[in-house]
Amino acid sequence: MSILIAILVLGGMCLFFGALLGYAAVKFKVEGDPLVEQLDALLPQTQCGQCGYPGCKPYAQAIANGEAINKCAPGGEDTIKKIANLMGVDVQPLDESHAQDNTPKVAFIIEEDCIGCTKCIQACPVDAIIGAAKQMHTIIADECTGCDLCVAPCPVDCIKMIPIAQTTHNWQWDLNRINVKTIDADDYSNKQSNNVKTNTTEEVNV
Amino acid sequence: MVDYLLLLVGTVLVNNFVLVKFLGLCPFMGVSSRTETAIGMSFATTFVMTIASLLSYLVNNYILAPLGLDYLMTMAFILVIAVVVQFTEMVVHKTSANLYRTLGIFLPLITTNCAVLGVALLNIYQQHNFFESIIYGFGAALGFSLVLIMFSAMREKLASADVPMPFKGPAIALITAGLMSLAFMGFTGLIKLQ
Amino acid sequence: MGSILARIKQGRWWKFHGGIHPPEQKFLTMHKPIRNLPLPKVLVLPLKQHIGQKGDIQVNVGDNVLKGQPLTNSPHPMAVPIHAPTSGIITEIKNTLVAHPSGLSELCIFIKPDEKEEWVARHICQDYKQLSAQEILTKITNAGIAGMGGAGFPTNVKINTKVATKFLIINAAECEPYITADDLLMREHSSEIVDGIKILNKVLSAEQILIAIEDNKPEAIKALKKVTGSLDNFHVCVIPTIYPTGGEKQLITRLTGLEVPQGGLPSALGIVVQNVATCFAVADAVINDIPLIRRVVTVTGKALEKPQNVWALLGTPIKHLLTQCGYQKQSPEHLIMGGPMMGFSLPSIDISITKTSNCILAPSTKEIPKDNNEVDCIRCGQCADVCPSQLLPQELQWFAKAKDHDQLQKFNLFDCIECGACAYVCPSQIPLVHYYRIAKAEIRQQQQQDLKAEKAKARFEARKQRLAQEKIKREEKHRKAAEARKAAMNSNTAQAKDAKSAVAAALARAKAKKAQASDDNNDKKSQVSAAIARAKAKKQAKDGIATNKTTTAKTSDRLTKEKNADDQEVLDSITSSNTETTKPNTKKQNSNDNNNETATKEKVLTKAEKIALAVAKAKAKKAAENSSTHHTDSNLNSIDNDINNQNNTDDINAKKQRIAVAVAKAKAKKQQQSTESKNNQSKESS
Repeated sequence: MSILIAILVLGGMCLFFGALLGYAAVKFKVEGDPLVEQLDALLPQTQCGQCGYPGCKPYAQAIANGEAINKCAPGGEDTIKKIANLMGVDVQPLDESHAQDNTPKVAFIIEEDCIGCTKCIQACPVDAIIGAAKQMHTIIADECTGCDLCVAPCPVDCIKMIPIAQTTHNWQWDLNRINVKTIDADDYSNKQSNNVKTNTTEEVNV
Repeated sequence: MVDYLLLLVGTVLVNNFVLVKFLGLCPFMGVSSRTETAIGMSFATTFVMTIASLLSYLVNNYILAPLGLDYLMTMAFILVIAVVVQFTEMVVHKTSANLYRTLGIFLPLITTNCAVLGVALLNIYQQHNFFESIIYGFGAALGFSLVLIMFSAMREKLASADVPMPFKGPAIALITAGLMSLAFMGFTGLIKLQ
Repeated sequence: MGSILARIKQGRWWKFHGGIHPPEQKFLTMHKPIRNLPLPKVLVLPLKQHIGQKGDIQVNVGDNVLKGQPLTNSPHPMAVPIHAPTSGIITEIKNTLVAHPSGLSELCIFIKPDEKEEWVARHICQDYKQLSAQEILTKITNAGIAGMGGAGFPTNVKINTKVATKFLIINAAECEPYITADDLLMREHSSEIVDGIKILNKVLSAEQILIAIEDNKPEAIKALKKVTGSLDNFHVCVIPTIYPTGGEKQLITRLTGLEVPQGGLPSALGIVVQNVATCFAVADAVINDIPLIRRVVTVTGKALEKPQNVWALLGTPIKHLLTQCGYQKQSPEHLIMGGPMMGFSLPSIDISITKTSNCILAPSTKEIPKDNNEVDCIRCGQCADVCPSQLLPQELQWFAKAKDHDQLQKFNLFDCIECGACAYVCPSQIPLVHYYRIAKAEIRQQQQQDLKAEKAKARFEARKQRLAQEKIKREEKHRKAAEARKAAMNSNTAQAKDAKSAVAAALARAKAKKAQASDDNNDKKSQVSAAIARAKAKKQAKDGIATNKTTTAKTSDRLTKEKNADDQEVLDSITSSNTETTKPNTKKQNSNDNNNETATKEKVLTKAEKIALAVAKAKAKKAAENSSTHHTDSNLNSIDNDINNQNNTDDINAKKQRIAVAVAKAKAKKQQQSTESKNNQSKESS
């Protein structure tokens, strides 16, 4: 008898809570996935398709649906780290098959060789190539994302990827080369020896 | 009233669930690598613990005890906790998709967080009344949140500090936790009852 | 405002957080007058010597330029012009090393002085008080004046504020331990400086003018007090010596107690800060019409025999300055541009003086050791005590090392003025500022990349939308056209009948043409049939591989033949476009012998041949990669043929050749792709 009561009580509780959860599930139903937008913002937007998806947004969609996070070659380790952070998963090394050196590059058309076939224009995901049929084409370097997609369709192999040259604008400080040192405290004249204090204890209000 | 306040302070500091009673160490180590996540986890756990201690009191006192089914206590409490966690998960998913993702597996794992069941069972053993149960649950959660957030802040600093090689990662985290525990021992005797 | 003035008059200064007292080394140069130097052999003028854009070059190589003649020009407000520092000839305009810590090259103009010092026509202004603010601004802009304290912000932009100016602060603090350039300038040219300040104030009409000078320059203070004594809104503010008082934000806090908000400019507070050397340059430009072509440079350090302040023409190579001051080469060589606290090591001795270079420091090896003795942080917190921006240098250092950019920004890395006080006091000798500089550069680059990504995304989306629209339009057009046709056909009018008959006629014409074409063009036909045959052979080959391995030999035989045919085609196209083909010859070559090969290689190759050879090589390589050895053999044959054919042609039209190469490339590529796909197919089928 007591077993029956126990079963009934537990069963009743289960039913009640089940109904509650069922109601909550309807009430708090989640629509849409803001994650895709956030992932898309992290991707480098080269639209290169090296991940196997036609652009960055589709890959973001795929990641949200459980695709591996380590397929973005242009983004490299940094992007993977950010995605891992957002997704709350572990950082994975860049997928071998997608690995490449990701120094920033831009495409360059060797203009003497260009036959004006417009194939690269059709391939460019960001409309960074101008030209018309039978006219020589050229690349707007500022708009080029360095995605590589125009290289393959070119029938005469006149497009090459050149690394972006370093200028004083995009130069980064190099810790090893630059070594300005502060002057050595042992090596100064006695005149100023009363000035060695290194804080602000001096009188300010005269 | 003073009793309630004493109970609250005592649960938060003196009998801290994590550092003194060593309950709920799993999320304490698991979700403390980033402060943001830790704060989210704190809120979720606070919610779950308070509601769970309330519900478990009700279930025990109005269903199990009258029917003499005390031996079903653990089972019933786990059921209650699981429901509350499920409910919380839905709410979190709805309100903050990001938090939902960063909490990841630890959100459903609140179910198996021994601190939650601990609160429910201790409430019964210490024969707390309804309000005491709620305050005890809330205080335990507050104590848990306090140390979790403090610990995560420390771990964030540790992440970029030059920790000696053999101590990198979980090793230094555990040492830090140990030191925090020592520090919390200092609260013993904070409250003196006449 | 009133209380600020009262405090200033009493000499009670506010204090800013932190600061240090590095040992002063000004005695090396402060007791010697500014020296004039003989002209250097060459002047190297970088086009960009300030913050902003570079102007467009107005001169050509070989031009004679006069002293003071503008060399660049631009309507852009952030592009200040540069001028010829002396008369001479422009010998070169090319990229060369500039005064930048990176040691990278930028475009520079090289001038060879002719020693005549011939001036361009000048308009000396008798009374600058008559000039309007706009005239003064134009003069300053044309004189190419940019802030001479270090950053090089265009002066005309800085003084052209819309906000009413309460204080014009003249920065004469000069807190770096070695530099005395401003000190000497004030001592020798105090009246000109005051003229410059008055001119600036005509534009700004500031209520009060504060000349901030540290108390370690007594003679300069005396000189300034003498010339400003009779002026009532001029205040010479003698402030205690503490590094970095000369920082803009620190100086403002020191004098007025106001703090420049994060990310804001002093003009928001109604304050403009100008360097004292800039004031001198302004006076020179407005009164004497002398553009910014020279500046005082402190050449100092214990590696010099006679350290001294010198008047250096812009573009003077540092080598010249050092030789003039008796430089003794140190090993390792270590030269610093700017002071020891904020300057940077120069990558080479051939770099020239720019508008912002106020000091060349040539320390002895003992004075500033070059080696890096960085050890681990001991968390003493001294860096936080001395930081004038009230940052947490130690925390920043950890985050910079861990490349945690979010945290760095949260801890206000960009408020760091890179004064170097933290690195100076660090007992572990951690070069903190360098970590910050690297982190700042990385964050800036990241921001640029984010911007670029944003742009790329917008363009990508726009393109997608455009394509979709085009597709819809096309479909719409097709549908409409089809409907129209249908309607016209069905309408049974005379017009429709006409249209029908026209269509029929057109069809007939097309048929006739086709028939004719097929009759006439045997070549084409044979080509088509050849292609079909090839396709068949390929198919067979594939089947052969898939079904039975024993037939492989046979199929590869076939493939060889087919390949030969292919190559022959390529050859034909090349040869026919070049000159009369030598087909018998080619055919003979096809049967192949090695003697021929070596014989051809020995022959002298013209350029065209080289191209042909390269193409052939590429082809061979591709073929080798993608197909069996038989293919390679056949390709080698074709190489020989190519070369032979080329040898037979004496006169080659370059353009034709190029077209031929392009065609050949295209074909080679196509072939490669087809072989690849074939291989893939065969792989799949097997």
